Amino acid sequence: MHAIDLENIRKVYKGGVEALKGISLRVEEGDFYALLGPNGAGKSTTIGIISSLVNKTGGKVKVFGYDLDTQLESVKAQIGLVPQEFNFNQFEPPIQILVNQAGYYGIKRKDALIRAEKYLRQLDLWGKRNAPSRELSGGMKRRLMIARALIHNPRLLILDEPTAGVDIEVRRSMWDFLKKINAQGVTIVLTTHYLEEAEMLCRHIGIIDKGTLVENTSMKELLARLDSEVFILDVDSIENVPRSEHFIITKIDDITLEIEVKKGQSLNNVFAELSTQGVRVNSLRNKSNRLEELFVGLVEKGNLNDE
Amino acid sequence: MMNSSYLTALKSIWTKEVNRFLRIWVQTLIPPAITMTLYFVIFGNLIGKRIGEMSGFSYMSFIVPGIIMMAVITNSYSNVASSFFSAKFQRNVEELLVAPVPNYIIIWGYVGGGVIRGLLVGFIVTCVSLFFVELHIFNIFALLLSVLCTSILFSLAGLLNAIFARTFDDISIIPTFVLTPLTYLGGVFYSIDLLPDFWQAVSHFNPVFYMINAFRYGFLGIADVSLIWSFAMIGSFIVLLYGLITLLLKKGVGIRS
Ligand SMILES: Nc1ncnc2c1ncn2[C@@H]1O[C@H](COP(=O)(O)OP(=O)(O)O)[C@@H](O)[C@H]1O
Ligand SMILES: [Mg+2]
Repeated sequence: MHAIDLENIRKVYKGGVEALKGISLRVEEGDFYALLGPNGAGKSTTIGIISSLVNKTGGKVKVFGYDLDTQLESVKAQIGLVPQEFNFNQFEPPIQILVNQAGYYGIKRKDALIRAEKYLRQLDLWGKRNAPSRELSGGMKRRLMIARALIHNPRLLILDEPTAGVDIEVRRSMWDFLKKINAQGVTIVLTTHYLEEAEMLCRHIGIIDKGTLVENTSMKELLARLDSEVFILDVDSIENVPRSEHFIITKIDDITLEIEVKKGQSLNNVFAELSTQGVRVNSLRNKSNRLEELFVGLVEKGNLNDE
Repeated sequence: MMNSSYLTALKSIWTKEVNRFLRIWVQTLIPPAITMTLYFVIFGNLIGKRIGEMSGFSYMSFIVPGIIMMAVITNSYSNVASSFFSAKFQRNVEELLVAPVPNYIIIWGYVGGGVIRGLLVGFIVTCVSLFFVELHIFNIFALLLSVLCTSILFSLAGLLNAIFARTFDDISIIPTFVLTPLTYLGGVFYSIDLLPDFWQAVSHFNPVFYMINAFRYGFLGIADVSLIWSFAMIGSFIVLLYGLITLLLKKGVGIRS
């Protein structure tokens, strides 16, 4: 069973912005999935469509097998959403916000109070339960939105940039909390533009750029790939792929090889290994790919510690 | 039969709405009491004495139902208009939109809030009126039904206004340019007998006229048009607005991008 199954999702906003150009992705039940991408990539739009706040232009959405178009209420019941912007009534105190939200899911006041207490305590908000929410700090407001999203015990928790603008200590405790919730069986999807955050938390990752999913893989594989560089070598005609203990070598055609070099490995060793096998290298160039370019962009925009 | 989850959701919206206007009671409950007291003092007491009788009652007795109705109309309307608009503006309407709550529950939730505020203010103004005039009640059933229908209709109208509104100005323009004239011309202060034929005919297109007519009948037993006809008109206006709003919410106008 897939927690999320998106098939060719498209979105054109009024005014003509094409925010999503056909996104297909699946998230397994129980997964911790990161949707990574620069600002304006289409992360919030994707999440808006899954949580039915944004009308899609085309495509199919299924959540735990329920179809968004025909089983909307069942879809909604599975999802807890923590949006990117604060969207609770700033004049209401946390306890009221949670109990009302529970009510929208059909949970009676008496039970709602019990659940609200549980989550307010877990998220360290119990002391502020009766204060107007506008008096909460930024980190507390985020946590309040997490508590609100969990109040109906959803099977899927979606968080849109949950740690933006939150200081490092609160961020770490939020990470711990999310890991715990995930370990209890809740599927989690979060968007972020910090690779580090995805790395700390997630098992799978999708990378979205300009409305297109450019990568959808496991965190491990992605990191391994980012950790290496690929070179293209023009060589004198060869028959067999040269063997190497330290490098992954792929033959493109008779006169072209591709070699993956991990950080810390020296290119000189490549030449040495090749020449012992009688392969002569004529020229070499770096293979740039979109993923790397994207990451350079992300890293330049800053990472976790420089807010 | 309504699913019990929906009923819980409906009650939650009502609770939220009532908490909202009680939290700001100085802005929501006190001003109508003051304004309407001024109407009683100035039009009823001071000027009314010179006017003498209207339709066989003292002018004060005549305008009390109209003034109560005016309070119910403006408060039902502005409660839903400002509450739904700020829910849109602050985006906390999303709390409802992500939950498995059908649109008709959202409508009756907000309308319920407007009705409770309208009736509460109506009750306060009625109490204030007791200082000025003895209360006649001719037909309690007509009285309660008309005040209920009125607050439902104007809560719906406030919701419609909020759905289309993009700025706070948009929810003050309609009351100023539409609601207030309709109310004043609906016969709060006079019997439409006094109008020339043409303006009498025009008044028949004004929903407020039917409401005040039915409400005044409940108090005094006098009416400019028949009661059945009044309720039929009010009912049609309600169905019309309800249908329109259902359609707009379904399309996501003003709430989903
Ligand atoms: N309500 C909207 N109306 C018009 N364009 C929008 C709207 N919301 C987002 N966009 C545009 O859609 C694109 C994707 O935005 P978004 O999904 O918010 O990206 P992200 O969350 O990855 O930063 C951007 O170009 C943005 O300007
Ligand atoms: Mg975003």
